[in-house]
Amino acid sequence: MSQALNTYTLRLADDLLILSHRLSEWCGHGPILEEDIALTNRALDHLGEARNLLTYAGQAIGKSEDELAYGRMERWYTNVKLVEQPNGDYAHTIVRSFLFDAYHLPLAEGLTRSTDAQLAAIAAKAVKEATYHLRHSSEWLVRFGDGTAESHQRAHAALADLWTFTGELFETDAVGDAMVKAGVAPEMAAIKAAWNNTVDTVLAQATLERPVDGFMATGGRKGLHTEHLGFILADMQHVTRAYPGASW
Amino acid sequence: MSDNPNNWPLWEIFIQSKRGLDHKHVGSLHAADAGMAIANARDVYTRRQEGSSIWAVKSEHIHASRPEDAASFFDPADDKIYRHPTFYTVPEGAKYI
Repeated sequence: MSQALNTYTLRLADDLLILSHRLSEWCGHGPILEEDIALTNRALDHLGEARNLLTYAGQAIGKSEDELAYGRMERWYTNVKLVEQPNGDYAHTIVRSFLFDAYHLPLAEGLTRSTDAQLAAIAAKAVKEATYHLRHSSEWLVRFGDGTAESHQRAHAALADLWTFTGELFETDAVGDAMVKAGVAPEMAAIKAAWNNTVDTVLAQATLERPVDGFMATGGRKGLHTEHLGFILADMQHVTRAYPGASW
Repeated sequence: MSDNPNNWPLWEIFIQSKRGLDHKHVGSLHAADAGMAIANARDVYTRRQEGSSIWAVKSEHIHASRPEDAASFFDPADDKIYRHPTFYTVPEGAKYI
């Protein structure tokens, strides 16, 4: 496995691992029992995909999935900042997932045609899950946007808050370019076009206005994060750090 | 909780485990409309590969017999064994009747 493929695989894994952790924070706190279960199902879907990717990335560098998940500090995490943003109210949680799902589905579809057989196999499993995730978050966004004045306002506020984190999803750099050139990763422009299409369609249905592109946060892929990631990792890693090698 | 008028309506969920089999009642859940009821049923009742098809029916559309009618409804059938087709000789060679 090349260094670039390793970096690329870790990026895919980190987005899913951190989003999974955020969604799992809703466990036992969902707005209703049924949604609580829906969110934890989804957290487990993301975690399952993250584990496959971490295992694959780890094989090349002699590390287990656990070592990668529990042993890396903030600066070694390369997830986009969008997924580490706090759950906020339910509109924030749904908008965050919607913006990610609209990217994750076309990405996974593209990866099924990857020249890397392992990534293609992992993506093939993820496509079905991602299709349902996008449906779930889209339906909720439409309910919020086209619901009451308050739900509309909250969805609007969440979109405005999180929009600044969407630019990072489509960033390209030497690693991304090398992956596209090798036929491992799909073209980012195609993913962005699919994302635009989904976002415009669903926002129109939700009677929500698409925010204007302004300042876009960046840095996540280089390990520069918002202040939230440190707290997530403290939560996620403190047991393994306190009891290294413990098993139960 | 169920007295709260702000609660979403209750739905009865029926899952078909395999094509060709009956949809069986598996439980109930709350949802704002039919689409959400089916999505919630997917998340609540088919997580362990239980289903291949989901029906959702608003609980208020289910009309049930009353328990106090049970005696007059069902007990009279107790002594009418002639309603069971057990008094016929099955013709030789007939596998299915």
